[in-house]
Amino acid sequence: MSINVDARGLGCPQPVIATKKALESIASGVITTIVDNATAKENVAKLAAASNCGVSITETNGHFYIKITKGDTPTETSLADEDTSSSVGEGVVYLITQDTMGHGSKELGAVLMKSFMYTVLESRPQPKAIMFVNSAVQLTIAGSPVLEHLKQLAERGVEVLSCGTCLDYYNLKDKLAVGGVTNMFTIVETMAAAPKAVTI
Amino acid sequence: MLCQLRKPTDPNLLVGIETADDAGVYKLDENTALIQTVDFFTPIVDDPYMFGQIAAANSLSDVYAMGGKPLTVMNIVAFPMCKLGPEVLLKILEGGQDKVAEAGAIIVGGHTVDDDEPKFGLSVTGLCHPDRVLTNANAQPGDWLILTKPVGTGVLATAARADMFPAGVEAASLSMAALNRKAAEVMARHTVHACTDITGFGLLGHIYEMAVGSKTDIQIEAKSVPLLPEAAEAAAMGLVPGGAYDNRNYLSSVRFAEAVPECLRDLFFDPQTSGGLLMSVAESEADNLLADLLQAGIREAAIIGRVTKIGAGEIYVY
Repeated sequence: MSINVDARGLGCPQPVIATKKALESIASGVITTIVDNATAKENVAKLAAASNCGVSITETNGHFYIKITKGDTPTETSLADEDTSSSVGEGVVYLITQDTMGHGSKELGAVLMKSFMYTVLESRPQPKAIMFVNSAVQLTIAGSPVLEHLKQLAERGVEVLSCGTCLDYYNLKDKLAVGGVTNMFTIVETMAAAPKAVTI
Repeated sequence: MLCQLRKPTDPNLLVGIETADDAGVYKLDENTALIQTVDFFTPIVDDPYMFGQIAAANSLSDVYAMGGKPLTVMNIVAFPMCKLGPEVLLKILEGGQDKVAEAGAIIVGGHTVDDDEPKFGLSVTGLCHPDRVLTNANAQPGDWLILTKPVGTGVLATAARADMFPAGVEAASLSMAALNRKAAEVMARHTVHACTDITGFGLLGHIYEMAVGSKTDIQIEAKSVPLLPEAAEAAAMGLVPGGAYDNRNYLSSVRFAEAVPECLRDLFFDPQTSGGLLMSVAESEADNLLADLLQAGIREAAIIGRVTKIGAGEIYVY
Protein backbone atom coordinates (compact mmCIF):
# COMPACT_ATOMS: atom_id res chain seq x y z
CA MET A 1 0.00 0.00 0.00
CA SER A 2 1.46 3.33 -0.99
CA ILE A 3 -0.20 6.75 -0.65
CA ASN A 4 0.98 10.17 -1.71
CA VAL A 5 -0.20 13.20 0.26
CA ASP A 6 0.52 16.44 -1.54
CA ALA A 7 0.33 19.05 1.23
CA ARG A 8 2.12 21.81 -0.66
CA GLY A 9 0.47 25.18 -0.25
CA LEU A 10 -1.38 24.12 2.91
CA GLY A 11 -0.99 26.10 6.13
CA CYS A 12 -0.13 24.66 9.53
CA PRO A 13 -1.58 22.27 10.80
CA GLN A 14 -3.20 20.95 7.59
CA PRO A 15 -0.21 18.85 6.41
CA VAL A 16 -0.22 17.02 9.75
CA ILE A 17 -3.97 16.41 9.60
CA ALA A 18 -3.85 15.13 6.01
CA THR A 19 -0.94 12.81 6.82
CA LYS A 20 -2.66 11.58 9.97
CA LYS A 21 -5.78 10.69 7.98
CA ALA A 22 -3.68 8.78 5.45
CA LEU A 23 -1.85 6.95 8.24
CA GLU A 24 -5.12 5.95 9.85
CA SER A 25 -6.46 4.63 6.55
CA ILE A 26 -3.85 1.89 6.20
CA ALA A 27 -2.64 -0.92 8.44
CA SER A 28 0.81 -0.91 6.93
CA GLY A 29 2.57 0.59 3.96
CA VAL A 30 4.31 3.72 2.80
CA ILE A 31 2.98 7.26 2.79
CA THR A 32 4.88 10.01 1.07
CA THR A 33 3.83 13.48 2.18
CA ILE A 34 5.11 16.38 0.09
CA VAL A 35 5.38 19.78 1.79
CA ASP A 36 6.94 23.10 0.84
CA ASN A 37 8.09 24.59 4.12
CA ALA A 38 10.36 23.62 7.02
CA THR A 39 7.64 23.92 9.68
CA ALA A 40 5.43 21.39 7.89
CA LYS A 41 8.43 19.13 7.28
CA GLU A 42 9.34 19.02 10.98
CA ASN A 43 5.73 18.63 12.10
CA VAL A 44 4.94 15.76 9.72
CA ALA A 45 8.18 14.03 10.77
CA LYS A 46 7.11 14.41 14.42
CA LEU A 47 3.72 12.88 13.63
CA ALA A 48 5.45 9.91 11.98
CA ALA A 49 7.76 9.42 14.94
CA ALA A 50 4.87 9.71 17.41
CA SER A 51 3.00 7.07 15.39
CA ASN A 52 5.99 4.71 15.64
CA CYS A 53 6.61 4.86 11.91
CA GLY A 54 9.89 4.97 10.07
CA VAL A 55 10.60 8.30 8.42
CA SER A 56 13.07 9.57 5.86
CA ILE A 57 13.16 12.96 4.20
CA THR A 58 14.58 14.14 0.91
CA GLU A 59 14.57 17.67 -0.41
CA THR A 60 14.18 18.63 -4.05
CA ASN A 61 14.01 22.27 -5.09
CA GLY A 62 12.68 23.42 -1.73
CA HIS A 63 10.03 20.69 -1.60
CA PHE A 64 10.35 18.06 1.10
CA TYR A 65 9.38 14.45 0.39
CA ILE A 66 8.64 12.79 3.71
CA LYS A 67 8.50 9.04 3.33
CA ILE A 68 6.67 7.39 6.22
CA THR A 69 6.75 3.63 6.64
CA LYS A 70 3.99 2.17 8.78
CA GLY A 71 3.94 -1.34 10.23
CA ASP A 72 6.38 -4.08 9.21
CA THR A 73 8.45 -2.91 6.31
CA PRO A 74 8.16 -5.62 3.70
CA THR A 75 11.21 -5.32 1.48
CA GLU A 76 9.11 -5.75 -1.64
CA THR A 77 7.30 -2.53 -0.80
CA SER A 78 10.50 -0.55 -0.64
CA LEU A 79 11.88 -2.27 -3.72
CA ALA A 80 8.69 -1.77 -5.67
CA ASP A 81 8.73 1.85 -4.66
CA GLU A 82 10.33 3.38 -7.73
CA ASP A 83 10.24 6.86 -6.27
CA THR A 84 13.39 8.74 -7.20
CA SER A 85 13.62 10.01 -3.65
CA SER A 86 14.10 6.57 -2.14
CA SER A 87 17.81 7.07 -1.61
CA VAL A 88 17.82 7.89 2.10
CA GLY A 89 17.81 5.19 4.70
CA GLU A 90 19.07 2.40 2.51
CA GLY A 91 22.68 3.42 2.31
CA VAL A 92 25.92 2.67 3.96
CA VAL A 93 26.81 3.24 7.62
CA TYR A 94 30.07 5.09 8.36
CA LEU A 95 31.94 4.67 11.61
CA ILE A 96 34.34 7.59 12.04
CA THR A 97 37.06 6.78 14.58
CA GLN A 98 39.24 9.90 14.58
CA ASP A 99 38.93 13.63 14.03
CA THR A 100 41.20 13.63 10.96
CA MET A 101 41.33 11.21 8.03
CA GLY A 102 44.06 8.60 7.68
CA HIS A 103 47.46 8.33 9.34
CA GLY A 104 50.31 10.77 8.72
CA SER A 105 50.06 14.54 8.61
CA LYS A 106 47.31 15.85 10.94
CA GLU A 107 47.00 18.96 8.80
CA LEU A 108 46.42 16.94 5.66
CA GLY A 109 44.09 14.61 7.61
CA ALA A 110 41.90 17.58 8.59
CA VAL A 111 41.63 18.73 4.98
CA LEU A 112 40.78 15.19 3.89
CA MET A 113 38.10 14.82 6.54
CA LYS A 114 36.43 18.03 5.41
CA SER A 115 36.59 16.90 1.82
CA PHE A 116 35.21 13.48 2.80
CA MET A 117 32.16 14.95 4.56
CA TYR A 118 31.52 17.31 1.67
CA THR A 119 31.65 14.43 -0.79
CA VAL A 120 29.31 12.31 1.35
CA LEU A 121 26.92 15.25 1.46
CA GLU A 122 26.94 15.59 -2.33
CA SER A 123 26.79 11.92 -3.28
CA ARG A 124 23.76 9.62 -3.70
CA PRO A 125 22.52 7.39 -2.27
CA GLN A 126 22.99 9.04 1.08
CA PRO A 127 24.34 7.02 3.98
CA LYS A 128 21.89 5.72 6.57
CA ALA A 129 24.03 6.80 9.50
CA ILE A 130 27.36 8.35 10.40
CA MET A 131 28.64 7.45 13.86
CA PHE A 132 31.51 9.12 15.69
CA VAL A 133 33.73 7.46 18.28
CA ASN A 134 36.90 8.42 20.15
CA SER A 135 38.49 11.70 18.95
CA ALA A 136 36.01 11.83 16.06
CA VAL A 137 33.41 13.26 18.48
CA GLN A 138 35.30 16.53 18.04
CA LEU A 139 33.67 16.69 14.62
CA THR A 140 30.13 16.94 15.99
CA ILE A 141 30.71 19.74 18.50
CA ALA A 142 30.40 23.52 18.20
CA GLY A 143 33.23 24.94 16.12
CA SER A 144 33.83 21.74 14.16
CA PRO A 145 35.09 22.39 10.60
CA VAL A 146 32.51 19.92 9.23
CA LEU A 147 29.58 21.00 11.41
CA GLU A 148 27.62 22.58 8.55
CA HIS A 149 27.99 19.46 6.38
CA LEU A 150 26.80 17.26 9.23
CA LYS A 151 23.87 19.54 9.99
CA GLN A 152 22.76 19.34 6.37
CA LEU A 153 23.11 15.57 6.39
CA ALA A 154 21.09 15.35 9.60
CA GLU A 155 18.42 17.57 8.08
CA ARG A 156 18.16 15.19 5.15
CA GLY A 157 17.45 12.32 7.48
CA VAL A 158 20.92 10.84 7.89
CA GLU A 159 21.43 9.71 11.47
CA VAL A 160 24.37 11.56 13.01
CA LEU A 161 25.36 9.88 16.26
CA SER A 162 28.16 10.57 18.71
CA CYS A 163 29.45 8.10 21.26
CA GLY A 164 28.34 9.27 24.71
CA THR A 165 31.26 7.70 26.54
CA CYS A 166 33.66 9.49 24.20
CA LEU A 167 31.95 12.86 24.65
CA ASP A 168 32.22 12.36 28.40
CA TYR A 169 35.87 11.35 28.17
CA TYR A 170 36.80 14.48 26.23
CA ASN A 171 34.43 16.56 28.38
CA LEU A 172 32.48 17.71 25.32
CA LYS A 173 28.93 16.64 26.16
CA ASP A 174 27.77 20.23 26.59
CA LYS A 175 29.24 21.24 23.24
CA LEU A 176 27.51 18.67 21.04
CA ALA A 177 26.08 20.68 18.16
CA VAL A 178 24.61 18.16 15.74
CA GLY A 179 22.79 14.84 15.96
CA GLY A 180 22.23 12.62 18.96
CA VAL A 181 24.22 10.69 21.52
CA THR A 182 24.54 6.92 21.19
CA ASN A 183 26.06 3.94 22.97
CA MET A 184 28.06 0.89 21.93
CA PHE A 185 24.97 -1.31 21.78
CA THR A 186 23.34 0.96 19.18
CA ILE A 187 26.61 1.33 17.28
CA VAL A 188 27.01 -2.46 17.00
CA GLU A 189 23.35 -2.96 16.11
CA THR A 190 23.38 -0.23 13.46
CA MET A 191 26.54 -1.61 11.86
CA ALA A 192 25.24 -5.17 11.93
CA ALA A 193 21.95 -4.16 10.33
CA ALA A 194 23.55 -2.06 7.61
CA PRO A 195 23.94 -3.41 4.07
CA LYS A 196 27.48 -2.03 4.22
CA ALA A 197 29.44 -0.57 7.14
CA VAL A 198 32.65 1.36 6.52
CA THR A 199 35.18 2.40 9.16
CA ILE A 200 37.13 5.59 8.57
CA MET B 1 12.94 46.80 14.95
CA LEU B 2 12.76 49.77 17.32
CA CYS B 3 16.48 49.52 18.03
CA GLN B 4 17.09 50.90 14.55
CA LEU B 5 15.36 54.14 15.47
CA ARG B 6 16.81 57.09 17.32
CA LYS B 7 16.54 56.55 21.08
CA PRO B 8 14.53 59.16 22.97
CA THR B 9 16.44 60.98 25.68
CA ASP B 10 14.48 62.27 28.64
CA PRO B 11 15.54 61.95 32.27
CA ASN B 12 12.01 60.96 33.22
CA LEU B 13 11.93 58.01 30.83
CA LEU B 14 12.57 55.12 33.23
CA VAL B 15 12.05 52.23 30.81
CA GLY B 16 12.32 52.79 27.08
CA ILE B 17 12.94 50.56 24.12
CA GLU B 18 16.49 49.39 24.89
CA THR B 19 15.91 46.23 26.92
CA ALA B 20 12.98 44.73 25.02
CA ASP B 21 10.77 45.19 28.03
CA ASP B 22 7.00 44.80 28.24
CA ALA B 23 5.98 48.43 28.49
CA GLY B 24 7.32 51.96 28.60
CA VAL B 25 7.55 53.74 31.96
CA TYR B 26 7.65 57.52 32.38
CA LYS B 27 8.13 59.27 35.70
CA LEU B 28 5.52 61.96 36.39
CA ASP B 29 6.69 62.98 39.87
CA GLU B 30 8.46 61.54 42.92
CA ASN B 31 5.62 59.17 43.69
CA THR B 32 4.06 58.36 40.34
CA ALA B 33 5.22 56.79 37.10
CA LEU B 34 3.11 56.16 34.02
CA ILE B 35 3.16 52.71 32.37
CA GLN B 36 2.02 52.46 28.76
CA THR B 37 1.63 49.45 26.53
CA VAL B 38 -0.29 48.26 23.48
CA ASP B 39 -0.93 44.85 21.93
CA PHE B 40 -3.49 43.44 19.51
CA PHE B 41 -3.81 40.32 17.39
CA THR B 42 -6.02 38.13 15.25
CA PRO B 43 -8.48 35.66 16.86
CA ILE B 44 -6.87 32.61 18.43
CA VAL B 45 -10.12 31.03 19.59
CA ASP B 46 -13.46 30.67 17.78
CA ASP B 47 -15.66 32.12 20.51
CA PRO B 48 -15.73 35.95 20.15
CA TYR B 49 -16.46 36.65 23.82
CA MET B 50 -13.53 34.43 24.87
CA PHE B 51 -11.30 36.12 22.27
CA GLY B 52 -12.17 39.52 23.76
CA GLN B 53 -11.28 38.31 27.25
CA ILE B 54 -7.99 36.81 26.11
CA ALA B 55 -6.92 39.87 24.12
CA ALA B 56 -7.67 42.09 27.13
CA ALA B 57 -5.89 39.82 29.63
CA ASN B 58 -2.91 39.72 27.29
CA SER B 59 -2.67 43.51 26.96
CA LEU B 60 -3.23 44.16 30.67
CA SER B 61 -0.51 41.68 31.51
CA ASP B 62 2.28 44.01 30.36
CA VAL B 63 1.32 46.50 33.07
CA TYR B 64 1.31 43.77 35.72
CA ALA B 65 4.71 42.56 34.52
CA MET B 66 6.16 46.02 35.21
CA GLY B 67 4.80 45.97 38.77
CA GLY B 68 1.99 48.41 38.02
CA LYS B 69 -1.79 48.73 38.23
CA PRO B 70 -3.85 49.29 35.07
CA LEU B 71 -5.90 52.48 35.15
CA THR B 72 -7.41 53.30 31.76
CA VAL B 73 -7.79 51.41 28.52
CA MET B 74 -8.41 52.18 24.83
CA ASN B 75 -9.78 49.52 22.49
CA ILE B 76 -8.09 48.89 19.15
CA VAL B 77 -10.36 47.13 16.68
CA ALA B 78 -10.04 46.00 13.09
CA PHE B 79 -13.20 44.31 11.87
CA PRO B 80 -14.94 43.15 8.66
CA MET B 81 -18.34 44.53 9.60
CA CYS B 82 -20.09 43.36 6.40
CA LYS B 83 -18.75 39.81 6.63
CA LEU B 84 -19.16 39.08 10.33
CA GLY B 85 -21.81 41.54 11.48
CA PRO B 86 -22.02 43.78 14.55
CA GLU B 87 -23.13 40.96 16.94
CA VAL B 88 -19.73 39.27 16.74
CA LEU B 89 -17.91 42.55 17.36
CA LEU B 90 -20.17 43.27 20.31
CA LYS B 91 -19.27 39.88 21.86
CA ILE B 92 -15.57 40.62 21.44
CA LEU B 93 -15.93 44.04 23.05
CA GLU B 94 -18.01 42.61 25.90
CA GLY B 95 -15.31 40.03 26.60
CA GLY B 96 -12.73 42.79 26.69
CA GLN B 97 -14.86 45.02 28.87
CA ASP B 98 -15.55 42.31 31.43
CA LYS B 99 -11.87 41.51 31.70
CA VAL B 100 -10.94 45.18 32.05
CA ALA B 101 -13.56 45.51 34.82
CA GLU B 102 -12.07 42.48 36.56
CA ALA B 103 -8.72 44.27 36.43
CA GLY B 104 -10.24 47.30 38.13
CA ALA B 105 -9.58 49.53 35.13
CA ILE B 106 -11.96 51.41 32.82
CA ILE B 107 -12.35 51.71 29.06
CA VAL B 108 -12.19 55.35 28.05
CA GLY B 109 -12.35 55.06 24.28
CA GLY B 110 -11.03 53.30 21.25
CA HIS B 111 -10.82 53.20 17.50
CA THR B 112 -12.21 50.85 14.86
CA VAL B 113 -11.11 50.40 11.25
CA ASP B 114 -12.66 48.20 8.60
CA ASP B 115 -10.38 45.30 7.74
CA ASP B 116 -10.60 41.90 6.04
CA GLU B 117 -9.52 40.05 9.15
CA PRO B 118 -10.68 40.82 12.71
CA LYS B 119 -8.06 42.08 15.14
CA PHE B 120 -8.54 43.22 18.70
CA GLY B 121 -6.40 44.48 21.51
CA LEU B 122 -5.93 47.26 24.03
CA SER B 123 -3.71 50.17 24.72
CA VAL B 124 -3.34 50.17 28.49
CA THR B 125 -2.18 52.95 30.77
CA GLY B 126 -1.19 52.09 34.33
CA LEU B 127 0.54 53.56 37.32
CA CYS B 128 3.29 52.49 39.64
CA HIS B 129 5.77 54.02 42.06
CA PRO B 130 8.89 55.13 40.19
CA ASP B 131 11.12 53.33 42.70
CA ARG B 132 9.20 50.09 42.36
CA VAL B 133 9.28 49.59 38.62
CA LEU B 134 10.04 45.98 37.73
CA THR B 135 11.96 45.39 34.52
CA ASN B 136 13.30 42.21 33.01
CA ALA B 137 16.85 43.52 33.38
CA ASN B 138 17.64 43.20 37.10
CA ALA B 139 17.80 39.45 37.78
CA GLN B 140 20.57 38.70 40.30
CA PRO B 141 22.96 35.75 40.40
CA GLY B 142 21.55 33.25 42.91
CA ASP B 143 17.92 34.20 42.18
CA TRP B 144 15.31 31.55 41.59
CA LEU B 145 12.79 31.86 38.77
CA ILE B 146 9.07 31.41 39.34
CA LEU B 147 6.56 30.99 36.49
CA THR B 148 2.87 31.56 37.23
CA LYS B 149 1.08 29.95 34.27
CA PRO B 150 1.62 26.70 32.34
CA VAL B 151 3.02 26.89 28.78
CA GLY B 152 1.63 25.43 25.56
CA THR B 153 -0.98 27.93 24.31
CA GLY B 154 0.53 28.15 20.81
CA VAL B 155 0.65 24.38 20.37
CA LEU B 156 -2.91 24.02 21.66
CA ALA B 157 -4.16 26.84 19.40
CA THR B 158 -2.72 24.77 16.55
CA ALA B 159 -4.46 21.70 17.96
CA ALA B 160 -7.72 23.69 18.00
CA ARG B 161 -7.36 24.34 14.27
CA ALA B 162 -6.88 20.60 13.80
CA ASP B 163 -9.99 19.84 15.92
CA MET B 164 -7.90 17.78 18.29
CA PHE B 165 -7.17 17.64 22.03
CA PRO B 166 -10.38 19.48 23.09
CA ALA B 167 -9.59 19.20 26.81
CA GLY B 168 -6.20 20.84 26.33
CA VAL B 169 -7.68 23.51 24.06
CA GLU B 170 -10.30 24.37 26.69
CA ALA B 171 -7.68 24.57 29.42
CA ALA B 172 -5.54 26.82 27.21
CA SER B 173 -8.46 29.22 26.65
CA LEU B 174 -9.11 29.53 30.39
CA SER B 175 -5.41 30.02 31.10
CA MET B 176 -5.07 32.73 28.43
CA ALA B 177 -8.17 34.55 29.72
CA ALA B 178 -6.88 34.53 33.31
CA LEU B 179 -5.54 37.89 34.48
CA ASN B 180 -2.07 38.15 35.96
CA ARG B 181 -3.56 40.55 38.52
CA LYS B 182 -3.40 38.28 41.56
CA ALA B 183 0.12 37.16 40.71
CA ALA B 184 1.16 40.82 40.44
CA GLU B 185 -0.47 41.68 43.76
CA VAL B 186 1.34 38.84 45.50
CA MET B 187 4.56 39.89 43.80
CA ALA B 188 4.19 43.45 45.15
CA ARG B 189 4.38 42.09 48.70
CA HIS B 190 7.78 40.51 48.05
CA THR B 191 11.19 41.73 46.94
CA VAL B 192 11.22 40.56 43.35
CA HIS B 193 14.32 41.60 41.38
CA ALA B 194 13.00 41.25 37.84
CA CYS B 195 9.79 40.30 36.09
CA THR B 196 8.44 39.80 32.59
CA ASP B 197 5.42 38.13 31.09
CA ILE B 198 5.69 35.19 28.72
CA THR B 199 4.28 35.98 25.28
CA GLY B 200 5.31 35.70 21.64
CA PHE B 201 8.98 34.84 22.08
CA GLY B 202 8.05 31.78 24.13
CA LEU B 203 9.32 30.81 27.55
CA LEU B 204 12.94 30.58 26.44
CA GLY B 205 12.81 33.78 24.40
CA HIS B 206 11.68 35.81 27.38
CA ILE B 207 14.13 34.02 29.69
CA TYR B 208 16.86 34.88 27.19
CA GLU B 209 15.86 38.56 27.21
CA MET B 210 15.92 38.54 31.01
CA ALA B 211 19.34 36.87 31.04
CA VAL B 212 20.86 39.24 28.49
CA GLY B 213 19.21 42.32 30.01
CA SER B 214 20.46 41.32 33.46
CA LYS B 215 23.90 40.18 32.19
CA THR B 216 23.47 36.78 33.80
CA ASP B 217 23.34 33.09 32.85
CA ILE B 218 20.21 31.06 33.57
CA GLN B 219 19.50 27.35 34.00
CA ILE B 220 16.03 25.84 33.62
CA GLU B 221 14.93 22.47 34.95
CA ALA B 222 12.74 21.09 32.16
CA LYS B 223 10.55 18.85 34.32
CA SER B 224 9.66 21.71 36.66
CA VAL B 225 8.06 23.84 33.95
CA PRO B 226 4.25 23.62 34.25
CA LEU B 227 2.55 22.46 31.04
CA LEU B 228 -1.04 22.79 29.87
CA PRO B 229 -2.85 19.44 29.68
CA GLU B 230 -2.24 17.52 26.44
CA ALA B 231 0.28 20.13 25.26
CA ALA B 232 3.16 17.65 25.24
CA GLU B 233 1.12 15.08 23.30
CA ALA B 234 0.04 17.71 20.77
CA ALA B 235 3.63 18.92 20.30
CA ALA B 236 4.91 15.37 19.88
CA MET B 237 2.28 14.85 17.18
CA GLY B 238 3.59 17.75 15.16
CA LEU B 239 1.00 20.38 16.09
CA VAL B 240 3.77 22.95 16.52
CA PRO B 241 3.22 26.48 15.17
CA GLY B 242 5.78 27.99 12.82
CA GLY B 243 6.49 30.69 15.41
CA ALA B 244 8.00 28.05 17.72
CA TYR B 245 10.53 27.16 15.03
CA ASP B 246 11.23 30.84 14.40
CA ASN B 247 11.91 31.28 18.11
CA ARG B 248 14.12 28.19 18.12
CA ASN B 249 16.14 29.46 15.15
CA TYR B 250 16.58 32.85 16.78
CA LEU B 251 17.62 31.24 20.08
CA SER B 252 20.19 28.84 18.64
CA SER B 253 22.54 29.61 21.54
CA VAL B 254 20.23 27.90 24.06
CA ARG B 255 21.73 24.55 25.09
CA PHE B 256 19.76 21.47 26.13
CA ALA B 257 20.77 18.36 28.04
CA GLU B 258 20.39 15.35 25.78
CA ALA B 259 17.66 13.91 28.02
CA VAL B 260 15.23 16.82 27.44
CA PRO B 261 12.67 15.41 24.98
CA GLU B 262 11.92 17.25 21.77
CA CYS B 263 8.28 17.88 22.64
CA LEU B 264 9.36 19.83 25.74
CA ARG B 265 11.91 21.83 23.76
CA ASP B 266 9.16 22.74 21.30
CA LEU B 267 6.88 23.83 24.15
CA PHE B 268 9.62 26.00 25.64
CA PHE B 269 9.97 27.77 22.26
CA ASP B 270 6.19 27.86 21.72
CA PRO B 271 4.88 31.44 21.34
CA GLN B 272 2.48 32.15 24.19
CA THR B 273 -0.58 34.36 24.26
CA SER B 274 -1.33 35.94 27.61
CA GLY B 275 1.25 33.77 29.35
CA GLY B 276 2.23 33.89 32.98
CA LEU B 277 4.60 36.17 34.86
CA LEU B 278 8.21 35.09 35.20
CA MET B 279 9.67 36.42 38.44
CA SER B 280 13.29 36.45 39.52
CA VAL B 281 13.54 36.40 43.30
CA ALA B 282 16.25 35.85 45.91
CA GLU B 283 16.64 32.20 46.91
CA SER B 284 15.81 33.07 50.53
CA GLU B 285 12.45 34.48 49.50
CA ALA B 286 11.51 32.07 46.70
CA ASP B 287 9.69 29.54 48.88
CA ASN B 288 7.65 32.24 50.61
CA LEU B 289 6.69 33.85 47.33
CA LEU B 290 5.69 30.50 45.84
CA ALA B 291 3.63 29.63 48.90
CA ASP B 292 1.83 32.99 48.72
CA LEU B 293 1.11 32.52 45.00
CA LEU B 294 -0.36 29.07 45.63
CA GLN B 295 -2.33 30.49 48.57
CA ALA B 296 -3.75 33.18 46.26
CA GLY B 297 -5.11 30.49 43.97
CA ILE B 298 -2.37 30.54 41.35
CA ARG B 299 -2.15 26.78 41.44
CA GLU B 300 0.18 26.26 38.51
CA ALA B 301 2.93 28.51 39.87
CA ALA B 302 6.28 26.73 40.07
CA ILE B 303 9.98 27.32 40.56
CA ILE B 304 11.46 26.45 37.18
CA GLY B 305 15.12 27.41 37.35
CA ARG B 306 17.73 29.75 38.67
CA VAL B 307 20.06 32.57 37.74
CA THR B 308 23.44 30.87 38.05
CA LYS B 309 26.00 33.63 37.62
CA ILE B 310 27.00 36.86 35.96
CA GLY B 311 27.31 36.10 32.26
CA ALA B 312 26.48 36.94 28.69
CA GLY B 313 22.99 35.42 28.69
CA GLU B 314 23.77 31.72 28.35
CA ILE B 315 20.72 29.50 28.81
CA TYR B 316 20.99 25.83 29.70
CA VAL B 317 17.95 23.56 29.97
CA TYR B 318 18.41 20.23 31.76
